[in-house]
Amino acid sequence: MNKDYVPNKDNLVEVSNLKQYFPIKVGMLKKVPLKAVDGVSFAIKPGETLGLVGESGCGKTTAGRSLIRLYTPTDGDVFFNGERVSEKNIGYMRKDMQMVFQDPYSSLNPRMTVEDIIGEPLDVHKMYHSKGERRDRILELMELVGLNAEHATRYAHEFSGGQRQRIGIARALATKPKFIVCDEAVSALDVSIQAQVINMFDELQKKLGVAYLFIAHDLLVVHHISDRIAVMYLGRIVEISDADELNANPIHPYTQSLLSAVPYPDPKKAKERHRIILKGDVPSPLHMPTGCAFRTRCRYATEQCAQECPQLTDRGDGHQVACWNK
Amino acid sequence: MDKLNNNMDQMPKKSPLSMQIDLQKFEKATDEEKHQQEVMSESSSFFRDGMKKLKKNPLAVGSIIVLIAIVLMIIITPHVVPYSYSQIITVDGKRDKTAANMAPLKHSDLEKEYIKDGGKVFPHLMGTDELGRDYFVRVVYGTKISLTVGIFASVLVLLIGVIYGSISGYFGGKVDMVMMRIVDIIYSLPDLLMIILLSVVLNVVLDVTKVSFLQKLGTNMISLFIVFGLLYWVSMARLVRGQILTIKENEYVLAAQVSGAKPGRIIRKHILPNCVSVIIISAALEIPSAIFTESFLSFIGLGVKSPMPSLGSLANNARAGLTTYSYKLVFPAIMIALITLAFNLLGDGLRDAFDPKLRR
Amino acid sequence: MSENILSVKDLHTSFTTDKGEVKAVNGVSFNLDKGKILGIVGESGSGKSVTAYSIMQILESNGRISSGEVLYKGEDITKYSEKQMHQFRGKCCSIIFQDPMTSLNPVFTVGNQLREAIELHTSRRGKDAEGRAVEMLEMVGVNEPRKRIKQYPFELSGGMRQRVMIAMALACEPDILIADEPTTALDVTIQAQILELMQELQKKMGMAIIMVTHDLGVIADMCDEIIVMYGGRVCERGTADDIFYRPCHEYTKGLLNSIPDVKKIGEKLKPIPGTPINLLNMPKGCAFCPRCESAMKICLDEQPPEMQVPDGHYASCWLNVKKAKEAEKGAVQHE
Repeated sequence: MNKDYVPNKDNLVEVSNLKQYFPIKVGMLKKVPLKAVDGVSFAIKPGETLGLVGESGCGKTTAGRSLIRLYTPTDGDVFFNGERVSEKNIGYMRKDMQMVFQDPYSSLNPRMTVEDIIGEPLDVHKMYHSKGERRDRILELMELVGLNAEHATRYAHEFSGGQRQRIGIARALATKPKFIVCDEAVSALDVSIQAQVINMFDELQKKLGVAYLFIAHDLLVVHHISDRIAVMYLGRIVEISDADELNANPIHPYTQSLLSAVPYPDPKKAKERHRIILKGDVPSPLHMPTGCAFRTRCRYATEQCAQECPQLTDRGDGHQVACWNK
Repeated sequence: MDKLNNNMDQMPKKSPLSMQIDLQKFEKATDEEKHQQEVMSESSSFFRDGMKKLKKNPLAVGSIIVLIAIVLMIIITPHVVPYSYSQIITVDGKRDKTAANMAPLKHSDLEKEYIKDGGKVFPHLMGTDELGRDYFVRVVYGTKISLTVGIFASVLVLLIGVIYGSISGYFGGKVDMVMMRIVDIIYSLPDLLMIILLSVVLNVVLDVTKVSFLQKLGTNMISLFIVFGLLYWVSMARLVRGQILTIKENEYVLAAQVSGAKPGRIIRKHILPNCVSVIIISAALEIPSAIFTESFLSFIGLGVKSPMPSLGSLANNARAGLTTYSYKLVFPAIMIALITLAFNLLGDGLRDAFDPKLRR
Repeated sequence: MSENILSVKDLHTSFTTDKGEVKAVNGVSFNLDKGKILGIVGESGSGKSVTAYSIMQILESNGRISSGEVLYKGEDITKYSEKQMHQFRGKCCSIIFQDPMTSLNPVFTVGNQLREAIELHTSRRGKDAEGRAVEMLEMVGVNEPRKRIKQYPFELSGGMRQRVMIAMALACEPDILIADEPTTALDVTIQAQILELMQELQKKMGMAIIMVTHDLGVIADMCDEIIVMYGGRVCERGTADDIFYRPCHEYTKGLLNSIPDVKKIGEKLKPIPGTPINLLNMPKGCAFCPRCESAMKICLDEQPPEMQVPDGHYASCWLNVKKAKEAEKGAVQHE
């Protein structure tokens, strides 16, 4: 933790060198830290969307949850609105930082009505003076996400996946947050429903000025919704830049192969495309390679890659890459 | 559009689409027409859904009927039958020695004389016991005692087990580890031995003559309750803890944490309500177990103090005259079997209806 | 002219549940030629997986084929006895499933499971079968096959397990391989590896593949022919070019519009309104009608017939019927 770190006043959310380690038992008495997030830094401006992509095990979900303090970070600084986030002030900060979860089936309490689910943040922060006020606010939220007012007294299990996600989003919006972490919020939905929900995210951002950290593994979706994108691999960010720029000009070898692996819904393009197939599998985070974590699968790996871990360097226009060779 | 309508009869016969389709049908459908088909089914909470399922299960419904009948019997009998459980049969105020060990629905010699003289004698539906007490009343009272003991013991187990299990399960870590080791130790203690020892100690130590109800119950029953409270809650605690560990993993618990809810609220509103079905099922299955334990203790002579009957003690007393007066064992045994079976089937039925894992 | 190896005719499959009869498949017909890759595309509830399971007859106990035929090389396999089906499965047609975690038995080694498949359908035994297992693992690109044979599934990564599944499925050189969402549970880079592997193996071994998935990208990449399913019915079928460049069904068009496209970043997506169909309560007419923007009155009442919109490309939509009629009207009036 760097006590002297001064955050940039323009940024709504600023994260510096965030680390999240989980002690894992190896053998009877030995404990080894699982480095889920190993030094991640990024910033999000008000009303902006930062996309966080990577494959499973890269630590993107953990990063999101650390940021919002569902886990206590092992190290690093998190700032919200210029103020350092700690155990003391997280209580009232929770009003401004919310989260939408991936699984529409387990993110809603099956024993609560829609009204109570959406109203919970209001209840916790005591944001109303009368029952009527609470009801009005809940109905307002339901309309905002496109749910029928008459569904307020129904139970979560009576709705489809897409509708449940909407309920989850309404719940996240209850306290008028300035920042929402969307943890794979559309990954579990059918394609046609996904499109509806993505549009809704866009509209809400335009209407309410909410900033998003959009965590996902589907590159097409992330590209569509994000202003900037950060690519993670084994707990570190390897590349971060403007969304269009990243798609047009990926520099890091991992980003290049990731983009080339995305299947395109276009037969002609699919045949023309040159795929960069990575050899081997992702190493276990318990046995991370020394130096650059990607070197075991990288075509350009050199001696230096094994010895030192590259840091993010600016290649111009805010396009940052962590690589010795490119 | 009109042109098409007018030219309808000019359709060439060679058309492969020569089904007589009304061209008006090719107009655009309105939104209402489309949505007519979308009817959301009736709203039902988890509880109502479960009750519906339960009603469809014939064994469960049968068990409920049996249990209600037993309870009614317990309530109505004292008002209908003029004998009390400890009352030795008297005819005209005189003790009737011939009224001992009668078979069901028989009258003693003295009673027969009484009837001939014009008196009314309520029939002995299950005969009498060796001391001349009406057996039916004793069986009914014994059922009441056994049922009460069973339910109270079960509630005790439920309260202690749920509280212990939820604390252990929610907080996890060291708290959980310590609490579960205590549970392990308790599990290994011999329950029957403890009950016997405790009742002997209580007999010496406790002066029960002061409280009449306790005196009636006897030190054996008190020690039974104490031991139940000390030992039998562990399986419920383990069950509740396991449930909580699973529920904790659900994202709605995380969502509540993100919303800023404190642990107390989370346990109250999110975790416990989702455990309730499991707890109730377990409690329902706990009752026959408690009744059986009590019956067993009574059977070996450690049960309620005479003259208070319990199904187990009645069965025990019946052992002596088993070959000649077999009915004295049959009636309490049937009652024990009925109650145990009814609660077991009800518990099973509840599990089928309410257990979320079994839902299709 | 390619040889037709599998022909599904008007298949109907339903499940009995306590909420009623769920009609998962309602009249699906398609043909599969030798050595071709057919894609079945649809969202959840479209009936695509159930169709595949119906062919292999591995439906759950409450499901059954209520009518229709599945002709394998001319013979109707729906009429096969259990014994005949045992012969069919694995030898003539095999299947790989979506989740490699749960498709392999965790208590047996990889080698053991491979050997089981080999010993069931070929005459190889013991060391011979083991040799073949090692061969198969090499073919699917598993490194150090002799070591892997002795390992348990949990020691392998997701991609590796899926390769083992493929090896198991291909051990007996079946004519048809059914792949039920084989890459959905895998990361994008591993998915690319597996798809490339499947294409290589297909060229080498010449089997036909039925690829069931919801991912249009995967379909575009792999498949020669495609059928699009919704609500248990086939909406459209044709070649990959037909479906992607000349869609003739509103659902297909809607699906294509729902995918974010690199070229149209910044534009709003045009999603299909409404929610997916409830299979307990199927509409009288076209299954897609409630969500279709161009629905007509006839769509409410009658199911659209399958019509050829030229040359091997078929679609079931009343709009095509309307267009055809109008074209004919135009032709008649000009005469």
